Amino acid sequence: MANNNLGVKEQIQQNLQKRNKRLMEKAVPLLLFTAAFISVLTTIGIVLTLVFDTFQFFRKVPFWEFFTSTDLSPLGKDPSFGILPLINGTIISSLIAMCVAIPIGLTSAIYLSEYATDRVRKLVKPMMEVLAGIPTIVYGFFAYSFVTPILTYIIPDLGAKNVLSPGIVMGIMIIPLVASLSEDAMSSVPNSMREGALALGATRFEVTLKVIIPAAISGIIASFVLAVSRAIGETMIVTIASGSSKNFTFDITESMQTMTAYIVEFTSGDAGSGTVGYYSLYAVGFTLFFFTLIMNLIAQYISRKFREAY
Amino acid sequence: MIQLMEKEDAATAADQRNEIVLDTRELNLWYGPEQALKNIALQMSEKQVTAIIGPSGCGKSTYIKSLNRMVEMNPLVRITGQVMFKKRNIFHKNYSVEELRTQVGMVFQKPNPFPKSIYENVAYGPRIHGIRKKKLLDEIVEKSLRDAALWDEVKDRLNENAYGLSGGQQQRLCIARTLSIEPEVILMDEPTSALDPISTLKIEELVQELKQDYTIVIVTHNMQQAARVSDQTAFFLNGEVVEFNDTVTLFSNPNDQRTEDYITGRFG
Repeated sequence: MANNNLGVKEQIQQNLQKRNKRLMEKAVPLLLFTAAFISVLTTIGIVLTLVFDTFQFFRKVPFWEFFTSTDLSPLGKDPSFGILPLINGTIISSLIAMCVAIPIGLTSAIYLSEYATDRVRKLVKPMMEVLAGIPTIVYGFFAYSFVTPILTYIIPDLGAKNVLSPGIVMGIMIIPLVASLSEDAMSSVPNSMREGALALGATRFEVTLKVIIPAAISGIIASFVLAVSRAIGETMIVTIASGSSKNFTFDITESMQTMTAYIVEFTSGDAGSGTVGYYSLYAVGFTLFFFTLIMNLIAQYISRKFREAY
Repeated sequence: MIQLMEKEDAATAADQRNEIVLDTRELNLWYGPEQALKNIALQMSEKQVTAIIGPSGCGKSTYIKSLNRMVEMNPLVRITGQVMFKKRNIFHKNYSVEELRTQVGMVFQKPNPFPKSIYENVAYGPRIHGIRKKKLLDEIVEKSLRDAALWDEVKDRLNENAYGLSGGQQQRLCIARTLSIEPEVILMDEPTSALDPISTLKIEELVQELKQDYTIVIVTHNMQQAARVSDQTAFFLNGEVVEFNDTVTLFSNPNDQRTEDYITGRFG
């Protein structure tokens, strides 16, 4: 506290001279870089593992057969590994989910952003986000023990395990994702756009449909694609409610297995290390990774193409 | 009896000379508990430019926004009194805001084109009001852009995004957008406050042109601008109309001391 006698200028000068201060300035960027690099490193690690073990798999099962055969029976006497039933199950369950999530999510976003009063928005949005916080395993038995029995009243032929019920429940699960991200995109369109259209005698709905949605389209599409990625990667709901039938079928009342559910089934004990079945996990995992990668690239392309800058 | 008839004749003659398009009667407006407009009474005649001047926060923007009911976007707003547009009260519950706004257009303080092409910006209004034919839309777009003195600058790039235009061009595009649905009145809320002097001059010249066909109300904080473009001027202070007169008289020979103080730059 001897410094107290010094003037302001002198104290500042003295402070600038301190060595540890300069040291900190050099250490901080390094620390920050390391933190950022960890995630990059992990990604590279995962991709390498996938690629390496997938390569092992394709030494035993021909590439062509894997992607064209509709026959999947990894544990039979004469095992066969066709991924098509899994891809089919994944796509169909995700499509059902999107049929639920896009209309409901987008209309809720429109309501929240363009029609709801501030009070309603502040009440409803957190409640919707709670929906996103429910563990997926809970959704899984909700689909199995609640939605499936109800659907059986409407469709008597519905199997106890079927793809329709988890598809719908997955859709419900991703509604908040679509609604919340689309709402963000729409409410960040400047108010002056709304005023401009309203001043031309447009109704609120015309403003929403012809000004706000086009202006927010890149964010809206991004929310759809993120939701699809989420549905493709979703595991517990389909594992519980859709079962493990490896049939190649388009009948949504039947059981289907998705890529993720297949991985669950095999990692929980059926495949011994080093067997073809074990390596098939990596091939399926790699395909899954490829799917989500493609989705993200599509999202980027679309949102760039439709961007309306304001 | 004869006297009465003469009086009526005189009244019709006056109407023909200068029909009152917007007649504001005892307009009061509150934002929550705060009164922003107090007993406003103003008459705006056909094909005249009315300027509204006054210091910040005097209610001039609130007033112009109540003429096309844009002010109601704020849910706290409460209004009493009347604004008669062509003898109908715009606040009457049977008067649809959409109908009102097709006839009373508005240009805003900051240019606010839609994030669409120049063409789509102008075609938006006619489209939402049911005009679909491509040929007619083309004609409307060209006419509106010509009337807004923008056609020659943009005719070769109608399909480019409006945000590529300069600020002044964007504002003229917004004027073209307003003209596209052929309103009777154009409200301009400080239309040049975000523009450079040359763009400002262009808008002012445009106002003079538009006066031939439209009734214009312009809010401005620039007194020279009011003096240059308007036929009559209203001076607002603290939510009240202090003085309303023809522009030349108001600037050369103000009745009220406060008006004189304001226009000579003693406050505001």
